[in-house]
Amino acid sequence: MIIHHSSFTIYHYIMQTRRDFLKLTGKFGALLAVSIALPVSTQAKTTQKTINGDEPISEIIDFEMNQYIVITKDNKIILFNPRPDMGQGTNQSLPTLLAEELEVDLEQVEVRFTNGHSKFGGQNAGGSSSIRTRYEELREAGAAARVMLVSAAAKRWGVPVAECVAEKGKVLHPKTGKAALYGELSEDAAKLEIPQGTKLKEIKDFKLIGKDAPRLDIPNKVSGKAIFGIDIKVPNMLYATIQRSPMIHGKVQRFDMDAAMKIAGVKHVLKSERPLPYKTLEGVAVLAETYWGALQARKTLNVVWENADYQSVTTENYFRAAHSLAKSAGIIYKDAVGDVSKAWDISETKLEGVYETPFTAHAAMEPNNTVAWVKDDGSVEVWCPVQGPDSAVGKVADYLKIKPEQVKVNVQLMGGSFGRKAYLDYVLEAVYLSKQARAPVKLIWTREDDLTQGPFRPGMVSSLKAALDKNGSLTTFEHRMAGASIMHQVLQHDQTGKADGWVAEGVNQEDSPYAIPNRRQTFSLVETPIPIVWWRSVYASTSVFGQECFIDEIAHASKKDPLDFRLEYLKKEPKFIQVLKLLEEKANYRQKLPAGQAIGIAIARSFKSICAYAVTVSKKDNNIVINKVVGVIDVGLAVMPDNVKAQTEGNVIMGLSTALKSGITIEKGEVQETNFHAFNPLRINEIPTIEIHVMPSEAAPSGAGEPGLPPIAPALCNAVFNLNGNRIRKLPFSLEI
Amino acid sequence: MTKIQIQVNGTKHTVEADPEMPLLWALRDLIGLTGTKFGCGMTLCGACTVHLDGAPVRSCALPIGQIKKSHITTIEGISSDNSHPVQKAWIEMQTPQCGYCQSGQIMSAVALLKNNAHPTDADIDAALAGNLCRCGTYPRIRAAVKRAATLMKDKNNMPTKSDTGSR
Repeated sequence: MIIHHSSFTIYHYIMQTRRDFLKLTGKFGALLAVSIALPVSTQAKTTQKTINGDEPISEIIDFEMNQYIVITKDNKIILFNPRPDMGQGTNQSLPTLLAEELEVDLEQVEVRFTNGHSKFGGQNAGGSSSIRTRYEELREAGAAARVMLVSAAAKRWGVPVAECVAEKGKVLHPKTGKAALYGELSEDAAKLEIPQGTKLKEIKDFKLIGKDAPRLDIPNKVSGKAIFGIDIKVPNMLYATIQRSPMIHGKVQRFDMDAAMKIAGVKHVLKSERPLPYKTLEGVAVLAETYWGALQARKTLNVVWENADYQSVTTENYFRAAHSLAKSAGIIYKDAVGDVSKAWDISETKLEGVYETPFTAHAAMEPNNTVAWVKDDGSVEVWCPVQGPDSAVGKVADYLKIKPEQVKVNVQLMGGSFGRKAYLDYVLEAVYLSKQARAPVKLIWTREDDLTQGPFRPGMVSSLKAALDKNGSLTTFEHRMAGASIMHQVLQHDQTGKADGWVAEGVNQEDSPYAIPNRRQTFSLVETPIPIVWWRSVYASTSVFGQECFIDEIAHASKKDPLDFRLEYLKKEPKFIQVLKLLEEKANYRQKLPAGQAIGIAIARSFKSICAYAVTVSKKDNNIVINKVVGVIDVGLAVMPDNVKAQTEGNVIMGLSTALKSGITIEKGEVQETNFHAFNPLRINEIPTIEIHVMPSEAAPSGAGEPGLPPIAPALCNAVFNLNGNRIRKLPFSLEI
Repeated sequence: MTKIQIQVNGTKHTVEADPEMPLLWALRDLIGLTGTKFGCGMTLCGACTVHLDGAPVRSCALPIGQIKKSHITTIEGISSDNSHPVQKAWIEMQTPQCGYCQSGQIMSAVALLKNNAHPTDADIDAALAGNLCRCGTYPRIRAAVKRAATLMKDKNNMPTKSDTGSR
């Protein structure tokens, strides 16, 4: 498999004029396209535009829909991956779905990202949705193409279709020994009707899905050849950096540009804008011939900020407001059962616990960046590492008030993202600067920009209460969540007086199905000017912390082992039971641990997948040591099982980093953690042994990129309680005793 | 602006730049070797790790004016075909996820193994603690370093192409 990188795109982009393109298509001849719902003639046309990857969307927008497979006459098999890759492996997992039914090996294909065109459907790689929402569709697209190729061969050879087989990019007729490459058949195949309802393979017949082939993007990632967004170069481009207000929302009052303009290679110094969904922020940009030159000039700007209004923005004030709101029930979610107030009043044993999770940053290793080129004809081309090509097209078009057809988005590999690169402020900043400078501009955020400017995962408060009857049975449970709403601030859907469903992700009745007769979740909105956004596993990363620690508190109060307690209250949930049982076995949960050691567990469902951890901790001198994490994850059928394991290992480490290391704190309007000395995720010397088990399953695939995160922090804190009786209710916390 | 000559992966390059420009930006923007990555600009994350006469250094804080006659090796210089045992081990262990930090991780590992054929966990920790990975590939990095040590015992596994002077 060739991963189509933009190094290719750029040079071809530059070199390949329209005339070159015509030559190219002439050489390759007719092309096969698979489109589920279009007449044949338009499909072939559509593909000709797509293969060169260089046509404005306007020319292909009329030839729509589900176009994932292109086979050239010279046997080049191109698969379009509609979900960008930030490391989670969609560049292999989604092509695997196509290739399985198409009957090609991954080594035979070239994979390209889609360009945001609506014919590819929703392209945002988010919500751990890439496989689970495309599982049927992409296999169907692969199957339809295979049937067309086989039919073309049968017709050519005058033999029954049923006597032909497709195998490794060829159609064979075993009786006569005839064989044809897909490329030799593609022209004829393109003329055929698209078959509907082709029967898909049974799981037992899978050759690729579930088989753990090595990731084919990895060789380029160990040789330095992989091209990320930050590596893109376009001729005559200028490098840009932006001085931003250290204080949230500061406005530019004045700045010096004389010194900056004297630095070699500096071409422009100008006020810049950063459009957030709810406000446009200001900065001062330097555009120069080298990024280093731009950074040097940035230091001389002496920007004076007008920021008096935001001195009082602090994370401390934010949490004070959240804690205050969480003292009483907020807006009650619809999935409430029984009567919590009444049951509470008549209960024997009452428990309460208030939990807090911090603001935190994504801090992907590749800082935000984009190359943008607003051209004289008003069209724009961007090269950007983004999670959603389609949203990039839409945002840029809206921002410049141009048509989507005038926007060409070249999606790049992301050097990590975790949600950040689905928030496209940096793309629009680059577009703005290119428009002003009338030149291609490559904007790169510094790490300081990344950590201090947000958006951040919102800090959240969980206030929980539970009651037991005199037999020690759990009768009543309430989880009040208070904090900022992404739906409200980012998506601009007013959540005032509403129970924001997103916030209860991971803890609602469906995701956390503990059978409790009286139970409810509530939400109280905290309005804040602090920019917030989704972060790996979103609210499940915050809400599940309080939920699963408090379940442990209840287990202890009812004098039950925390695992037994969960088995009892989840007994009608076979999938949860299965995960807990496997965890019990793999973690050797029932063994008697030596003195000074303890084990803790937690379980959560998010993005339709269930994950549970058992964390073993011990005391060493004045420290708690995390010895081992054993995890079990059920993602349904795992398309790439080892990759699911890798994602889960990563979630353990990211979740532990957030539990143990600094979050983001704001004092007097300014973020205090400005680089990796202060915001310092776990390093290799700080991680425990991690052992992940992927549950064998034939159920439809569910999420894999995020569900491993929510239960790790509560499992750790539950282990710490079992070790020393100290109930951790606020993250981050220190392992020093 | 000054004309500065530096030797990278066995090739002499002349760049016209401010002598204060960190090697990182000279490699990426002037010489066109983009395998070395920008992560923090303050030597905190290790994404920019290269070798200076065989020793790992953070190129984000090394002014090109100071390099003089020293030999620089980047990720592109350890082999031309992923034949270095560290690269082989990285592939075998399926280590990278996003891959962005891996050039730096690999350069730190190559330097470690050059001086220490049998690194313990503590040795690996000491040599690689300066390299952040946000995807959380550390368990596989650890496994890959050990695997590379094993591969390196067999001389046949050493990369055939030697163009750096730093191995």
